[in-house]
Amino acid sequence: MMKNTSAKEVTLVGLSKTFITSSRGEVRAVQHVDLTINPGDFVTLLGPSGCGKTTLLRMIAGFEMPTAGKILIDGEDVISKTPDKRDLGMVFQNYALFPHLNVFQNIAYGLKIKKLSQKEISERVLDGLKVVKMDDFAERVPAQLSGGQQQRVALVRALVMKPGVLLFDEPLSNLDAKLRIHMREEIRKIQKEFGITAVYVTHDQSEAMAMSDKVVILKDGIIQQVGTPQDVYQHPKNEFVANFIGKANILDGTILAKGEASTVVEIEGASFEIPMAVSWNKGERVRVVVRPEAVTMGRADIKAKLIKTVYMGVSQDYWLSLQGKEFEVSDYNPSAKQIYSGGQTVGIGFDGKSLHIIEPDDK
Amino acid sequence: MKRSERWSNSLKQFIFTVRDPVLLVSILCVAVVVVMFIIIPMFTILKESVIGTGHFSLESYVKIFRSSFDLEIIWNTIKLGLTVSAIGTAVAFLFAYASVYLRIPNKKLFNILSILPMISPPFVISLAAILLFGRSGIISYGIFGVRNDIYGFWGLALTQVLSFFPIGYLMLTNLLQNIDPSIEEAAQALGSSQRKVFTSVTLPLMLPGIANAALLIFIQSLADFGNAIVIGGNFTTMAVQIYQQGIGSYDMVGATALAVILLLISILAFYLQNSVIGKRSYITVTGKAAKQRVLIADKKATIPVYIVCMMISLFVVGMYILVPYGSFVRLWGVDYSFTLRWIKYVLTIGRRYIMDSMTLSVIATPIASLLGIISAFLIVRKTFPGKRLLEASILMAIALPGTVLGLGYVYTYNTPPIILTGTAFILVAALVIRSMPVGTRSAIAALKQIDPSIEEAASICGASSKKVFSSVTVPLIRPVIFSSLVYAFIRGMTLVSTIIFLVSAKWQMLTVAIMNQVDQGLYGAANAYCLVLIALVGAVMAILSLLLKRLGININEGY
Repeated sequence: MMKNTSAKEVTLVGLSKTFITSSRGEVRAVQHVDLTINPGDFVTLLGPSGCGKTTLLRMIAGFEMPTAGKILIDGEDVISKTPDKRDLGMVFQNYALFPHLNVFQNIAYGLKIKKLSQKEISERVLDGLKVVKMDDFAERVPAQLSGGQQQRVALVRALVMKPGVLLFDEPLSNLDAKLRIHMREEIRKIQKEFGITAVYVTHDQSEAMAMSDKVVILKDGIIQQVGTPQDVYQHPKNEFVANFIGKANILDGTILAKGEASTVVEIEGASFEIPMAVSWNKGERVRVVVRPEAVTMGRADIKAKLIKTVYMGVSQDYWLSLQGKEFEVSDYNPSAKQIYSGGQTVGIGFDGKSLHIIEPDDK
Repeated sequence: MKRSERWSNSLKQFIFTVRDPVLLVSILCVAVVVVMFIIIPMFTILKESVIGTGHFSLESYVKIFRSSFDLEIIWNTIKLGLTVSAIGTAVAFLFAYASVYLRIPNKKLFNILSILPMISPPFVISLAAILLFGRSGIISYGIFGVRNDIYGFWGLALTQVLSFFPIGYLMLTNLLQNIDPSIEEAAQALGSSQRKVFTSVTLPLMLPGIANAALLIFIQSLADFGNAIVIGGNFTTMAVQIYQQGIGSYDMVGATALAVILLLISILAFYLQNSVIGKRSYITVTGKAAKQRVLIADKKATIPVYIVCMMISLFVVGMYILVPYGSFVRLWGVDYSFTLRWIKYVLTIGRRYIMDSMTLSVIATPIASLLGIISAFLIVRKTFPGKRLLEASILMAIALPGTVLGLGYVYTYNTPPIILTGTAFILVAALVIRSMPVGTRSAIAALKQIDPSIEEAASICGASSKKVFSSVTVPLIRPVIFSSLVYAFIRGMTLVSTIIFLVSAKWQMLTVAIMNQVDQGLYGAANAYCLVLIALVGAVMAILSLLLKRLGININEGY
């Protein structure tokens, strides 16, 4: 298959959607979303269920009407266009294969509507099936395929249309864990090969981290942060993002000194130089994100009471009590290290480079 | 959100929905049909009943409630409905329980039994009852030598029970099959005897379903015109009285008021059936229970039930055989010698009735089926203002007594601006409205089973909404489409109540011809007409099912 040179850009401007439901009244599913998705990028919409990510995707697809705002595809406003006229492809959570058509006919469905020649249709379909190594399955009907196979067919059905933008609505959530990891690598590989623009909805943060060029984190219909996977993990904007992407301990601290590119923060009597500039002033209270794996046990920076510990194989996990909250530590490669047992007071420490300051609660 | 904002939002939503002009056209089509042939006729009846005398008054209603004659008719109808509903539900439950729970032979016969009333004109049972127990009946006069008077309450109750219990049977069987056997096994494991399981688990679980079936039969009995007019005699029901007042004695205002009352009772029962009881069901109707039920083989239970069910079954089947038999008999009750005279009669003089009935039904069938499916599609899949009203009107039309609808048509389309009475058009409209709502309902159920993302996938692949409908939706609900076609055709051929108001010198219907023959006591001709009608319906069904087999479609198949 040829590389897709027609990857398109998607721009959302002030996009909002309010549902009126009988049980819950008005639901603001999506609120003033501004977002630009560059051609050829893999962008994930990530958030817990009910955060509006699927609604956002369905508005781009043309199934839902925005209450306000614009959707531009390559600069053209598509709101008044029906889904079939938007040059999109979509892969659904439940595969959505046509149960009355076989694999070949499923993939050929859109090509036939495009009125391509028989020869080209069959070439494209068979090429597409080769991409997902399913060339022997053309005659099967969807009911005879496993979930993973069905989703591959659905992916090919979307790909053969060479759409400007490919939409994914939690395509892997019905598959088992192992297959999910395999499929996400496959999808990412194919997307890169084809150079296609992809918008991918998921609630699984590891999926988002593993696949995306850019992650968009949503909560209550509002964008919390947009960034590369490294960005959102290392520099979460707020507590929600910090907690949603990986695990996070949030500690209170006070700014001791401010520099051009670093800030010194005092936490529980110990001071840490964190390599980031902040807008807050010296003496102000801030909150600091400490990832469980960034903590070193047995250092004397901060003392805390150890509540319990669990051996996880890859790590020894500890739960400490610090600042009146639970503080989690993951100590990797435990077989080479000292194991502490519950009840005692232990010393912990961390490197300022692995810390990150977020806005205080009241902002 | 402010009111004006809400309005602008729903306007926006409407414009969004009808970005596709095909959708706009189909919404308008369905809306026009529903408004013209359901809403306006009902409204006209209501209007006529209060201002028929020239100014607004409730006089016609007061008259009804003052007249002991009218009150008796109302009471008759309700009394009959309750009796038929009680006995009919009991028989239906017995059959359903036997079919699902007991290890007894000849269960196939039950299913034949449940199909028979659906493919025959509504008064075949009455006709057969007259042939058996009437003044010249083979049992009453032939065996016992009495000139029995079957006409009246008990005759009508008998025929209605036999006509309507199969509907209840189908419904209850479906529900019983959906009870998970492990629930009853759990009761047994806790120490219940078989009898105790029945009274403490099965029966309470079924109560909402039984109430539902009872209401369904009650509604059928209320609306029944065919049996009531043939065998009711001096026992008049509301459906018959509306017809006689509206057509015969031309007390139109009285007829409309009575129609409104009948309509209200029917809608109330329908509402109870669908909202109150329907929602209290403990049994989910989606999918069959996964486990096979261990059938009860206890002879003390199976033998008596089997005997009772067989007796009723054979009796009903006998009645259906009697009618064709009667068409070859010279003069019932007097001369039982073989003759082809009646068959010849209906094929010559009666030919135009047969042709008219066939023509109109054949025209109405695809229209009803298509409208049913399109309306279901719009209701399930699309958002547009007035959708709820549209859905409510169509579903309510299921409960509309045929005579009420017929009277509505006479009233609405007898006078300018639109005069349609006597035309084929209004007859086709009546046939369509009498069968479309059931099609809509089953298509709604079928569409709800289909994941909407399959249609969305088609649309994303570049299919217009017309293409999505024809290449995905229609193939996926094929079984429903074919069954709605069959239903619409049968309904068209067997309908009496509504069309009896609408036939004219130009357009006649077979069922009305049969009724006229019965009215004049010409049972031979009536039997022969019935035979022709059943044969035609049977032939069309056979051709359709052959066609389905050829096309490789299993009518029970579901995705």
